[in-house]
Amino acid sequence: MSDTTATAPVVDFAAIKAGLGEDYDNPFQVLDENHRVVNQEVFDTFTDDQLVHFMEIMLRERILHEQTTVFSKQGRLGFYAPTLGQEASQLGSVTAFQPQDYLFPSYRDLPQMIEHGAITPAQGFLWSRGHVQGNRMADGHRSWFPQIIIGAQHIAAAGAALGLKKNGEDAVAFSYSGDGSTSQGDTYEGLNFAGAFQAPLVMIIQNNGWAISVPRDYQTHTRTLAQKAVAAGVPSVQVDGMDILAVHAVAKAARDFAAAGNGPVMIETLTYRFGAHSSAGDDPSRYRTHEQEQPWFDKDPLNRLRELLTEKDLWSAEHEAELKDAYKKEFRAAIKEAEAAPHQTVTEFLTNTFEEPTPNIVKQLEEAAAAEAEEK
Amino acid sequence: MTTMSYIEAVTSALDNVLAEDPKTLIFGEDVGKNGGVFRATQGLQDEFGEDRVFDTPLAESGILGLSIGLAATGWRPIPEIQFSPFSFEAADSLIGQMSRNRFRTAGDIAQPITVRSPYGGGTHTAELHSDSIEHVFAGVPGLRVVAPSSAYDAKGLLVSSIENNDPVLFLEHLKLYRSIKEDVPEDIYRIPLDKANVVRQGTDITLVAYGAMVHECVKAAEELAKDGIAAEVIDLRTISPIDTDTIFASVDKTSRLVVVQEAQNMAGVGAHVVTEVAENRILSLEAPIGRVSAPDSVYPFAVDEHAWLPDASKIVAKAREVLSY
Repeated sequence: MSDTTATAPVVDFAAIKAGLGEDYDNPFQVLDENHRVVNQEVFDTFTDDQLVHFMEIMLRERILHEQTTVFSKQGRLGFYAPTLGQEASQLGSVTAFQPQDYLFPSYRDLPQMIEHGAITPAQGFLWSRGHVQGNRMADGHRSWFPQIIIGAQHIAAAGAALGLKKNGEDAVAFSYSGDGSTSQGDTYEGLNFAGAFQAPLVMIIQNNGWAISVPRDYQTHTRTLAQKAVAAGVPSVQVDGMDILAVHAVAKAARDFAAAGNGPVMIETLTYRFGAHSSAGDDPSRYRTHEQEQPWFDKDPLNRLRELLTEKDLWSAEHEAELKDAYKKEFRAAIKEAEAAPHQTVTEFLTNTFEEPTPNIVKQLEEAAAAEAEEK
Repeated sequence: MTTMSYIEAVTSALDNVLAEDPKTLIFGEDVGKNGGVFRATQGLQDEFGEDRVFDTPLAESGILGLSIGLAATGWRPIPEIQFSPFSFEAADSLIGQMSRNRFRTAGDIAQPITVRSPYGGGTHTAELHSDSIEHVFAGVPGLRVVAPSSAYDAKGLLVSSIENNDPVLFLEHLKLYRSIKEDVPEDIYRIPLDKANVVRQGTDITLVAYGAMVHECVKAAEELAKDGIAAEVIDLRTISPIDTDTIFASVDKTSRLVVVQEAQNMAGVGAHVVTEVAENRILSLEAPIGRVSAPDSVYPFAVDEHAWLPDASKIVAKAREVLSY
């Protein structure tokens, strides 16, 4: 008894599906892969000194990565998540924030903590080695420690953003995670809470294409990750994460927007992890081919800015070589400083668990103190 | 002094601390205008404003994450999880985050958060509302778990929990909310955390319990008294950590022990009490330790939950067994 007359569907889901995310199709860019300025208006907001500074800090991060890899192979470090390739995404964004802004990093975001002034490179090494001093921020520096539980940083960041708003401070919270994290409930909840409370949160999703071995397309059917913010009623943008000028300009605009009381913003940076997921035995050749990777290597964020600066006579190979030497020396001193940190004790572990020790801890402290005194 | 129900005592504590400390915040699902699904936060939004007492989106993980970040920016959050079994949604915030942030930072980041949450059987709730899951959190270093059994304790312990600079999971028993009434001071007062309470003195056998089971133990003690047996009843009040000193002193006196919990038998708070006594007071005992707890099934369907819940008669039977050993 079916009606055979052709009629338009009640709801044209096919058309809706085809159009989902189309507003996000063009990533924001200032400097293209051939180091041509494609957005002159934004480019003109940067001074020569700023451009050189960006190049210097990206070079420093790259040398930090190289030295970390060396120290790791020497067995002088523990867990380490490589940052090679993400320099523009990480440093372009963090430099857009103010010292009073509260940083919530993931385990790959130690360069931002260092740049934000929260930790020294030696503390970064201590974190990798598994030492509490790596989690202690410099006085007055607002940063969380690197979050291991993917997504947890975003719900805490939403709370910090609300707290800053309630304090009446000119400050925002900003948080980082990767493409895989956008599948987590906490990532959505964090953005949705910040949206519901119109709290000043800038959530930065660094989309490097891979969550360990799982490609981004396996995480979600969405055309972009940025469009996920629509679900929270939060504005968002996709940006070329290999273009430090684009990342910085977008992050600064997001910071200004959030700080002005307009609620949260989400940013998706399109970047690439040139190396392994982590130092813990990951081998990207098991799941990625050189053919897949080469186009991303061609987008190296350092090359792009280096070419531009060289053309403008603001950079030279000699200057770069001098800087590299200085950074290497700095990080070699830092690893020695980290290695010289005092051993942690069970009494410290027990003492740090509560402000006022509970009765069971009081008893265990006595035992631990006695055992430690005997060892000495 | 005013006669208050257990839940009125909770509200009174919240009222007192909101007035005393402008950094305290109450939030959760329906805690604002509605005053909470059990009226625990009745009138507080009217009195203190939407900035201090407010509703949140329906997401437990987000609620406790919000607490973590608010605490990091100088606030003292008192979030509510509407029913304790919904804490599973927020398990990472409780177990993986707020309980260890002081430890992680050698004390630099304090988490003065009190998570209030109702639990407990006997009121025919829907599924996953009454489950006793406190043992999941009782094993978490850096987290205190408090479970008052009386209106007086509920207020004094809640004030102490909120004033404590470490996270506390504060469990309020659903059946006790309105079933008990007693004299409670209107002004603020405190009961120390980490301390058990001897609610009934006795010399022949020790009954250790918490929450609604304290009242069942008192009933059992009254029944045993008819036969001239003097049972001592200890209310743990704080179930993580447990106050072993008070338990040991009682066992030294009575030489016999029955441990009672509403939760299932396996791996519960009661098992920890048994272990502590076995390790430290085995020579004080004249009989094996008795345990009364729920069967190791999933929490029962509502209409027949009383067939499953431990009660005074089961406690009396177990006590007689231990006494006649």
